[in-house]
Amino acid sequence: MRPIIEIVGLSKTYASGFTALKHVDLEIQRGEIFALLGPNGAGKTTLISIVCGIVNPSTGTVHVGGHEIRKDFRATRSLIGLVPQELTTDAFESVWATVSFSRGLFGLPPNPAHIEKVLKELSLWDKKDSRIMMLSGGMKRRVLIAKALSHEPKVLFLDEPTAGVDVSLRKDMWEVVRKLRDSGVTIILTTHYLEEAEEMADRIGVITKGELILIEDKAVLMRKLGKKQLTLHLHERLDALPESLSAYSLALNSDGQELIYTYDIQAERTGITRLLKDLAEAGIRFRDLNTTQSSLEDIFVDLVRQTQ
Amino acid sequence: MNYHGMRAIYRFEMARTGRTLMQSIVSPVISTSLYFVVFGAAIGSRINQIEGVSYGAFIVPGLIMLTLLTQSIANASFGIYFPRFTGTIYELLSAPLSFIEILVGYVGAAASKSIILGLIILATAGFFVPLHIAHPFWMLAFLLLTSVAFSLFGFIIGIWADGFEKLQIIPLLIITPLTFLGGTFYSISVLPAPWNTIALFNPVVYLVSGFRWSFYEVADVSVVLSLFMTVAFLAICLAVVGWMFKTGYRLRN
Repeated sequence: MRPIIEIVGLSKTYASGFTALKHVDLEIQRGEIFALLGPNGAGKTTLISIVCGIVNPSTGTVHVGGHEIRKDFRATRSLIGLVPQELTTDAFESVWATVSFSRGLFGLPPNPAHIEKVLKELSLWDKKDSRIMMLSGGMKRRVLIAKALSHEPKVLFLDEPTAGVDVSLRKDMWEVVRKLRDSGVTIILTTHYLEEAEEMADRIGVITKGELILIEDKAVLMRKLGKKQLTLHLHERLDALPESLSAYSLALNSDGQELIYTYDIQAERTGITRLLKDLAEAGIRFRDLNTTQSSLEDIFVDLVRQTQ
Repeated sequence: MNYHGMRAIYRFEMARTGRTLMQSIVSPVISTSLYFVVFGAAIGSRINQIEGVSYGAFIVPGLIMLTLLTQSIANASFGIYFPRFTGTIYELLSAPLSFIEILVGYVGAAASKSIILGLIILATAGFFVPLHIAHPFWMLAFLLLTSVAFSLFGFIIGIWADGFEKLQIIPLLIITPLTFLGGTFYSISVLPAPWNTIALFNPVVYLVSGFRWSFYEVADVSVVLSLFMTVAFLAICLAVVGWMFKTGYRLRN
């Protein structure tokens, strides 16, 4: 099936001369949760804004549901719901009025039953008559989600949905996002919380300085994450690895004081027991040992650093 | 056409008027009443008739125009500037709405409000002076055209402005002087040369003159010219707004 979002050669240079996106290609599959990771100012919001029609692209094309976003803007925008990063809400309207307004804006006839369902799912029902300015930050975030869901979108963009949101609310939102995905909605979320991407996403894209430097299935990333290193601090310096240990993926650090063994924790056998036995037989003694796991965070920081 | 979208914007804007009833309806009515008391009753009683119309009655069309212009601009400019200022405009820009539909929503609401206000002021005037409307159809036509044209103009200001100060500058520095010098309180024929000729460069003269003609059949310039100027101003505003949307000026950077 054709991807629900196809982005080809997308670039954006603002009038100020700042280039926010450099030739981005990206496909989002129907029904997946895609997490766009990147530091502040990487171009995440610009990318979303272009797809949603808020910012005009400099070059490149975007198709949503097979429609071009500028020529067929009615079709593409009807498919999309956007939850912006900032808590930009009206102040004086009631929750009910603002969510109903959003539905109308997207060209749909009033449907109180749907609005009621959305508000109940987001635990906003008892606040429906409250003025938005009386709500807490977390509640305002829910209102923004309710507005985005008011017109039953097929694609939902969540721009930093849990920034500044407490832990319990974050868990609630993840629950809501999962339910949406189960109902067939495609979800693209940006975040700089790796934990969030890890928890939620099917695929992860890493963007920095306007370039998508990595797009990977989360499972594949997790396998990379699954690598662990065992570091052995040796008693005596080694000049070279003995012949008998060549079968292991071992590395000797530059001063010959540390042996580093890389292994896969998800493998059935890590080979540690055998390695330690072989080391003893080779007469290599060690003072201490420790293990480290490369986290998604390390991968991410490495990637971002490489491109700088 | 996204009718539901237009309706949503229109109703949202009208609801805003409802919430700020004091500021949007009551205050213009009070200030207009004050004009009547001062210019109509107090000073007007010492002024002879102008072209066969009592002074109090003569200023009614001018006063309605004064309110129409300032309120149309204020309403429409604030209506579109405020979402830009708070950031809620993201929703408007991401909605399946064409620029015509956005315009119909915002400008339609601003113009509706101005027309309602104009009619309220007309009714208020009825308490102070005997009203006479020679051409009700043309009166309504000028009311409608002027409200729409200046709401469009306000909309342009609301998109152009990048601060609350800029939002106020054009109404204060340009519109108010032009209105006061545009024959609101007098016929430009009473001006000495060369001011009566210079006055013809003031677009407001044509609006007030045409509107006044629809009441009393007295005019400074021909009615056809008034109508032409009003429509021309409307067309220019429409073209500017069209350009703004096409290029994404200050909206879709």
